[in-house]
Amino acid sequence: MKLRFEKRLEASHLSTILVPLASFVISLLLGALLLAANKANPWQTYHAMFMGSFGSLYNFSEVIVKATPLILTGLGVALAFRLRFWNIGAEGQLIWGGIGASVVGLFVTPAQGGNLIYLLLAIMAAMAGGALWAGIPALLKTRLKVDETLTTLMMNYMAILSYQYLYNGPWRDPEGFGFPGSRQFSQAIWLPKLVGRSTIGIIIALVIALVLWFVLTKTKWGFELTMIGKNPRAAHVLGVNSNKNILVALLISGALSGLAGGFEVLGVSHRLQQGLNLGYGYTAIIIAWMAALNPLSVVLAALLMAMLLVGGDQVQMIMRLPSAVGLVLQGLILIPLLGGAVFSEYRLRFIGDKKDV
Amino acid sequence: MNNQPPLLKMKGIVKHFPGVTASDHVDLQLQQGDVLALLGENGAGKSSLMNVLVGIYQPDEGEIFLNDQLVDIHSPADAEALGIAMIHQEFMLIPNMTVAENVILGKQDLPLFPSLEEVENKILDISKHYNLQVDPRAFISSLSVGERQRVEILKMLYRGAKILILDEPTAVLTPQESEDLNHVIRRMTSEGKSAIFITHKMKEVMAFSNKVQVLAKGETRAVKDTAKTTPEELATLMVGRQVLYNIEKEPFRPGDIVLDVKRLSTRGDREHSRLKEINLQIRQGEILGIAGVAGNGQQELAEALTGQIPPSEGSITIKNLDMTGKAPISYINNGVSYIPEDRGAMGSIGDMSVGHNLIMKGYRKAPFINRGILQKQSIFDFVHKLIKNFRISTPSQETQVKFLSGGNIQKTILAREIDACDGLLIAAYPARGLDVGATEAVRQEIVKQRDHGTAVLLISEELDELIMMSDRVGVMHSGSLLCILEGENIQRDKIGLVMSGVCPEEDQ
Repeated sequence: MKLRFEKRLEASHLSTILVPLASFVISLLLGALLLAANKANPWQTYHAMFMGSFGSLYNFSEVIVKATPLILTGLGVALAFRLRFWNIGAEGQLIWGGIGASVVGLFVTPAQGGNLIYLLLAIMAAMAGGALWAGIPALLKTRLKVDETLTTLMMNYMAILSYQYLYNGPWRDPEGFGFPGSRQFSQAIWLPKLVGRSTIGIIIALVIALVLWFVLTKTKWGFELTMIGKNPRAAHVLGVNSNKNILVALLISGALSGLAGGFEVLGVSHRLQQGLNLGYGYTAIIIAWMAALNPLSVVLAALLMAMLLVGGDQVQMIMRLPSAVGLVLQGLILIPLLGGAVFSEYRLRFIGDKKDV
Repeated sequence: MNNQPPLLKMKGIVKHFPGVTASDHVDLQLQQGDVLALLGENGAGKSSLMNVLVGIYQPDEGEIFLNDQLVDIHSPADAEALGIAMIHQEFMLIPNMTVAENVILGKQDLPLFPSLEEVENKILDISKHYNLQVDPRAFISSLSVGERQRVEILKMLYRGAKILILDEPTAVLTPQESEDLNHVIRRMTSEGKSAIFITHKMKEVMAFSNKVQVLAKGETRAVKDTAKTTPEELATLMVGRQVLYNIEKEPFRPGDIVLDVKRLSTRGDREHSRLKEINLQIRQGEILGIAGVAGNGQQELAEALTGQIPPSEGSITIKNLDMTGKAPISYINNGVSYIPEDRGAMGSIGDMSVGHNLIMKGYRKAPFINRGILQKQSIFDFVHKLIKNFRISTPSQETQVKFLSGGNIQKTILAREIDACDGLLIAAYPARGLDVGATEAVRQEIVKQRDHGTAVLLISEELDELIMMSDRVGVMHSGSLLCILEGENIQRDKIGLVMSGVCPEEDQ
């Protein structure tokens, strides 16, 4: 009897569900070892994490607050990655979404009053901000073949510095008692609340995930994007214009991350202030890979990550463990998941004396 | 018969892959000094068997004996230590390193700081001995395909290979280079080395080998002394039926001009392959063959005529529409179909399914699309029809194209392109690397298009193919179209004459 890996001829549908589940269980077991080593009761800790995320409606609303930007940036990154455009600039695109929304919130909308039109304007400005920040590297790549990993990464730092400059400098609220940050936007353009701090942003994010999945898998444009992603040379021979499509897709990718930033300022902080660069844009990269670049799986992966983030905070507060433990647990979840991906592409077979079945 | 014990013996080799049995209890024997041809169609299990021998694959069953001793080969390094080396179709060379560096790269017993000068001198010795001319200081990227193959052979000789395995060695070579390779192999065997080469070309079997083993569907069909067999017998053994070496073709009745190219030139880095003032016309129901050694502008011609590279001068008119400078999509919309020379990199998308590859041209039009949404059922029916009509052998529509054999990948491309073709078909090396059965199918299909009134531009290196299929034959050299032979003048020696730069019509 021998064990052997064999490549699957067709992707297994069952395994795309079973593999992540099994990986998750392994992760929890690994995490338990880590917790035990820290003299914490694993069961209690997991319980605390679970209750932290699901124990009350308020707790769950916190998960949604974190999941919203993670879904949107995850979708943006996944879209770009499907074209093998390594956009690691979701963080910067998110921040520029926040800046875009703030322009409308501070300079277009009246300080008191305003209406839904202004909210829509602010959302569009957020998407435009993100699209701008992704469009520049996309243009550089398609016109001049400038490596996008470098440009998108460096533009993250540019984005962080520009928004810090804005809320510390010219846009700083003179009546802010010295706290850095812009003045609050008019209540009329606050994103409507759902439960707790969560907003209707989550609903929009879910709808977008569904639409993006449909576009990518069922439409002509999605088919062309797949062709470009899988073999740009053949796509070119077959009459598909790669550069134009990459540019359009990247504008959308940036707009999605921009939307995430817009929802943060319009729905959570209601002003431009610190806290936009929390790393959602980087977590989005992990989410996109965990989801195998599938928009529907992005939603699940983003929810999982949001639970870990919220649950991690609970571990810190209730179990009095160092906050780093939460981060380590996150890492432990990811390694088996990514390693498990091999089983979606390969299958394990027992080789005995029998011939092929 | 030779009474010496065999140098190499493979016994009862079995190797399974998902869905296929690549080797089914195959035996193989090699005497010292033998040149054994391993003959078979694509997917017959030739490469798999050799990959087992050099340790890339582990056999599921079977044993290997070297000099009557059972050996265990778990990796190419094990094989190298036993003096068995394989030169793959895809060369394993690093382009931005020199010949000498490549030769010692990955060698097992290397000192920490090897002296390149010593290596270079030894390379020069070997290259002189075998008449393998290579500059050890040249960068691989500056070498032609034929030269790179020489480097591969040198590398193996340098490392003391006693059994050299060559996988389709002449597929990428010019006739002259093939001849040189034959000399090198003879020189090696006269010194007691042995060679196995994988091929599906009869001509090579007859020219190179002293023994031939025919494989089909993972099984041995026959082992023969080359001198005691004929190409016809081998072909029959290989495909299990009599092979048509000629193509049925209707009489030549050209119609209107479909493609009209005037003074077409392109820009490019390589002087040799830049197009220089090409003039040609193709009419309905006509095949214009383009002969010449690869790299003389044939690929540029095909790419210019499908909109992938813009002309720097001149004009391209297709079906009375000026296409000069238009994008590939305009050519596609004007009914131009293209079978590119590299079927994996340009013609198909390996990671996508057979069905998707077949619809890659049709998806733009009804009934396959409705308001931007792909219509699953019509696509399924269409793909089903193409798979049946073109006899593409695939487990299902959903199978990724990269899992098909070369012949079936080419049939997939052919099916897609011929279905979408309306007027002009550009085919570059359509039968390159295909087995006899697939070659015949592909050629027949192209000729059928011509009979139905399509204008065809056929680029090929195989003179037999060009003579058999074409109504007129032009020769490309250094980016120019030298002259076009018609009717009686389409003969082997006349084409050869033009390739050397003499145009017979000029006398008349």
